[in-house]
Amino acid sequence: MSADGNRPAGTRLAGANPAGIAAGAALPPGGDARPRGAAGRGARLGRLASWDLGVVVLAVLTIVVASGTVENFSTSRNFTFLVLDLLPIALIALPMTFVIVTGEIDLSVASTLGLSSATMGYLWNQGLTIETIIPLCVVLGAVLGAVNGLFVTVFRLPSLAVTIGTMALFRGLALVVLGDTAVADFPARYTDWVTGTIGGSAVPNVLIPLAVLAALFGVVLHATPVGRWSFAAGASEHAARFAGIRVGRLKFWLYVVTGAVAGLAGVLWTLRYSSARADNGAGLELAVVAAVLLGGVSIFGGRGTLPGVVGGVVLLAALQNALRLSDVSNESLNVVTGALLVVSVLVPNLIRRTRSAFARTRHRPAPLSPPPLPGS
Amino acid sequence: MTTVEDSVRTMTAPAGSPRPSALERVLRAREISIVLAIALLVLVTAVGHPSFVKSQSIRDILLGTAIMVVLAVGQTIVVVTRNIDLSVGSVLGLAAFAAGTLLMDHPGTPIIIAVLVGMAVGAGCGLVNGLLVRFGDVPALVVTLGTLYVYRGVAYLWAGGQQINADELPDGFLSFGTSTILGVPYLALIAVAVLVAAGIVLRSYPAGRQLYALGSSPDGARLAGIPIGRRTLAAFLASGTLAGLAGVLFAARFGTVDAAAGTGYELNVVAAVVVGGVAIFGGSGTVWGAALGALLLTTIGSALPVLGVDQFWQQAIVGALILLAIGIDRLIAARVAAALKKRGSHVR
Repeated sequence: MSADGNRPAGTRLAGANPAGIAAGAALPPGGDARPRGAAGRGARLGRLASWDLGVVVLAVLTIVVASGTVENFSTSRNFTFLVLDLLPIALIALPMTFVIVTGEIDLSVASTLGLSSATMGYLWNQGLTIETIIPLCVVLGAVLGAVNGLFVTVFRLPSLAVTIGTMALFRGLALVVLGDTAVADFPARYTDWVTGTIGGSAVPNVLIPLAVLAALFGVVLHATPVGRWSFAAGASEHAARFAGIRVGRLKFWLYVVTGAVAGLAGVLWTLRYSSARADNGAGLELAVVAAVLLGGVSIFGGRGTLPGVVGGVVLLAALQNALRLSDVSNESLNVVTGALLVVSVLVPNLIRRTRSAFARTRHRPAPLSPPPLPGS
Repeated sequence: MTTVEDSVRTMTAPAGSPRPSALERVLRAREISIVLAIALLVLVTAVGHPSFVKSQSIRDILLGTAIMVVLAVGQTIVVVTRNIDLSVGSVLGLAAFAAGTLLMDHPGTPIIIAVLVGMAVGAGCGLVNGLLVRFGDVPALVVTLGTLYVYRGVAYLWAGGQQINADELPDGFLSFGTSTILGVPYLALIAVAVLVAAGIVLRSYPAGRQLYALGSSPDGARLAGIPIGRRTLAAFLASGTLAGLAGVLFAARFGTVDAAAGTGYELNVVAAVVVGGVAIFGGSGTVWGAALGALLLTTIGSALPVLGVDQFWQQAIVGALILLAIGIDRLIAARVAAALKKRGSHVR
């Protein structure tokens, strides 16, 4: 559980200030343009691995403890439910990892999911076939993501403000499309597939595409130029630009992919509950952001791993599932999720602070800036 | 394009100190355009539906605006420091439930005590936000997104599906929520008092100016010796306290409080603030603008059903207004910067 201590130097500046509402996006140019510390690649990987390992160990621990103490937790039926519950969070967390790694954020994903779901219900009522509707909803999600991407990259607006706006806009449009009605009569072939398991085992059908997507996103993040560009853009956008990376284009397409995946999550959500509603997935952005940050992705950008995020999703879902089985209400669960979100950023920060305080007493380097003066 | 730049230049040219004058004019233009938008909206609605300007519906708008203004003032204080408080809707709900429970269990409690209890609950919530931002180095977005759900969950845990109804609250409290002096509701007077106090502090007191300095350039503020940690903490404390006050006003106005009170208000408040010209990057904007933004949003909310527009459009409009407002801000900032740069090159 030993955490980083290895943020880019520039973000330490931002972190020490009460700034950073836009997660580094709003940092003054120059403030974040400093290179990473001289820590070697090996040491960095070691630290990240230990955070990942901590999250995974914690996830396993939660499952073990819950199996022993919570009734019905270790049943195969509950395993199916656990996977179905974590499906939308896990799906959206994959592209969200990229978005946060580049130093941006997307709070509109839950509303995109809702609009996709509402559109699905509306088109189904219009008599379109489900085979037409599903790709249309994914495309709709991509278009909504492109709207976010356009505002963030072309108009250069802070992603926090943009996606708060589109969070309200998309959810509002979902209400316009479907009102407060629900559409329920989707074909059983599809709803059964989403809730069904592989050949009568406990493994849900949806786990296969989810695992494939997770592997795909993991490979792209850690083994392709797109992944390296994302880390570079998040660590220092200026440096990335000078290195010839088209940061704007990269971020635009990341938003498009995030929207498309959120649209797909809307389709699966609708089929799982056999219910298209405008308020489907309300509040899900919290769980997604919490899972990503819990997985060790830095909210300031430039740092994180996909296996860690998967660990974060499993930890969050297992915890929620165990609490739900213990008759904790959904609203009260949000206390846990919200607290985890804060703690997953707070703990690494505190550890880093303590470490740097120790380091300072040992080395006593010249201070970069005068200490804050008291009084006014 | 050139005409606008020219006009910006001519605006800046004649004054002795061109820079603040340009800025002032741009800000004033924003406030005037909101006033015009409100006037136009009221006019169009009133022409078709004269009942819209009856005292009853005006009073409703004023009551709704009062609660929103109190929240918007708190949000402005936080946003000018380049932070954000997304937890205000949940704090409102928690404080409303606290005040309601107190009055239900002890009907004899003076109203002022209920108000103070609500504000204390809000202050506690704001303090937690502020401490996490100040000492935890956690971005305000993350902290308040988390506490948005934590505070709401606490309200659900406490209320447990229970609802406080109007007939369980003392009459004095309910009439405080609805009665008027010369046609102006008490709640509106409280909102105006909060607005004026915050407006004066932010405009003319060192502590207020330091909030702007802090949001404009955190590093600069630190080097200038501003106690940025304390100011940040104070901003969140103020936002929480005002959200608590808004919670009590909410309980007094509606008389019905459950754990879901104020859900989603944070979006409307952020919309009111950015529509009112408070820059989401921090460092600029006034509570007056934010209050006008709140008035505009509430008026839109009241006008839509009268105009026969589906109520479901309201949230979409809120979202569109946020995007429009931040887009216009960016455009103005870019043009002012370009104009100043041009002037600078002339001087050289």
